[in-house]
Amino acid sequence: MLLSLIKPTEGDVFLFGYSLKKERDKALRSIGGIVEKPDFYLYLTAHRNLEIVGALNGGTTRKRILEVLGLVGLEQRAFDKVKTYSHGMKQRLGIAQALLSDPEMVILDEPTSGLDPQGMKEIRDLIRHLAHDQKKTVMLSSHLLNEVEMVANRMAIISQGELVTQGEVMKLLEEGEKYVVVRGEPAAKVRSVLEKQKVVKKIVERGDSFEVTMSFDDIPALNKTLVRSGIAVQALVPRRSLEDFFLSITETESKL
Amino acid sequence: MGRLVYYELIKTFLKKRTYIGFLLVAVVVPLIEVAMKLEGGRFLQVTTRSLQQDFFFMGNLFNGWFVAYTMMNSLWVHIPLLISFVAGDQLAGEATAGTYRLILIKPVSRTRIFLSKYYTTIVYTVIFVVFLGALSVGLALLLLGAGDLIILARGILILPGHDVAWRFIVGYVLAAWAMLTIASMAFFFSSFVENAIGPIISTMGVNMIFLMVTVIPVEMFEEIRPYLYTSYMNVWQKIFEDPIPWQSVGTSAAILGGYSLAFVLAAWIIFRRKDILS
Repeated sequence: MLLSLIKPTEGDVFLFGYSLKKERDKALRSIGGIVEKPDFYLYLTAHRNLEIVGALNGGTTRKRILEVLGLVGLEQRAFDKVKTYSHGMKQRLGIAQALLSDPEMVILDEPTSGLDPQGMKEIRDLIRHLAHDQKKTVMLSSHLLNEVEMVANRMAIISQGELVTQGEVMKLLEEGEKYVVVRGEPAAKVRSVLEKQKVVKKIVERGDSFEVTMSFDDIPALNKTLVRSGIAVQALVPRRSLEDFFLSITETESKL
Repeated sequence: MGRLVYYELIKTFLKKRTYIGFLLVAVVVPLIEVAMKLEGGRFLQVTTRSLQQDFFFMGNLFNGWFVAYTMMNSLWVHIPLLISFVAGDQLAGEATAGTYRLILIKPVSRTRIFLSKYYTTIVYTVIFVVFLGALSVGLALLLLGAGDLIILARGILILPGHDVAWRFIVGYVLAAWAMLTIASMAFFFSSFVENAIGPIISTMGVNMIFLMVTVIPVEMFEEIRPYLYTSYMNVWQKIFEDPIPWQSVGTSAAILGGYSLAFVLAAWIIFRRKDILS
């Protein structure tokens, strides 16, 4: 809807002060984006595809095309047909076309969808580069919460079409439940020591580890207690994951 | 706008399917014309057998003009099919390839994108009909030479050789106009489906049914015939009448144009309102 592929049944979207309903072209001029799959004219070269996109943006130059292809690491393949590209390369070409008009904001919808771990990392690095070095605002839509946690500063959670919460990622994570993963030998003794600690609110056994709900400030004291009790401490890892936060938020919403 | 049309032309003319029609015409037209040359006029003799009892034909009536005129009958079914291959793919092809999501998020109105695609359809249709005309007339003249043109429709009409060339030029211009109605219909079907096969089959289906209603001499069809575009597609044939019924040519051309406009307007309304969901 933000990119005008779907018309709103009511209301309007304002982008950089322009109404998407009344001044669509002006509203979209400062925005680049990819929506889901990066689809291109497979029988044309990447360069030709970007020429077409450039024409739709109001014109571009060969220099700019090669510049954005260089930015996503595809300069050497600029004149190869897109049908010879891997999925990851098409995804990067998708980002290149989004950047072609040098927009202020880039909307990326599931940019790492279908990529292998290496490809995902490349895209994440590219997003960081766009935000930090190119000073672009990147709006990332993703179901991969781990990915959001790694690259985003601010986030909004939408559940069943409703905005549930929004704010800075780190602040929102602070609000969520925190726990510490504890692993040590012998495990039975670890459990009995943990059960005696006042700072421990909840213990969940996960294989050879325990997920302990407690304040992160009490980790050093807990470590000391475990060591003094003769336990060989293997791990004490503070955790506050976006996934847990997301689930806690959306579960609360669905209960309401 | 020129830039958008240029890139639409690039997209269309760098696609292999665009050349299927050209390839088929380039194979079939020489095949038929060479076969007609080898048959040595037997085709004309068979067609005029009943007339030969009352008339005596002199001179070379089985010539390039006659063969080229006969080839124009492909404009009823075969050429429409080949035109719908490309016209039906103009919008639906983007949906199939998923490239709507690439082009419709750009700061250019859907109307301009739509128009650039329709202009491209016009260019393709005109080029294709010109190719058909140039090949069928040129090759026929090369193989069988020129002469007077015998027209066997509602009687016999023989047009003198010096009065034929311009009729072919005008005839093919009107044929292109008629084919534009077919292209517009395929373009219309293309606007609301996600697959190019649908518009091709729909266009051919409608064309076949309308043609049957137009040519089958059944009384019940008479009332609906004036409303079918196929009743006016013979506009190119009228150029080969003597005298040429210019008023009827004008009316037919205007009605065909009206059909094209209606198809394009309907397609435009659908395209502007379309939600891109996949």
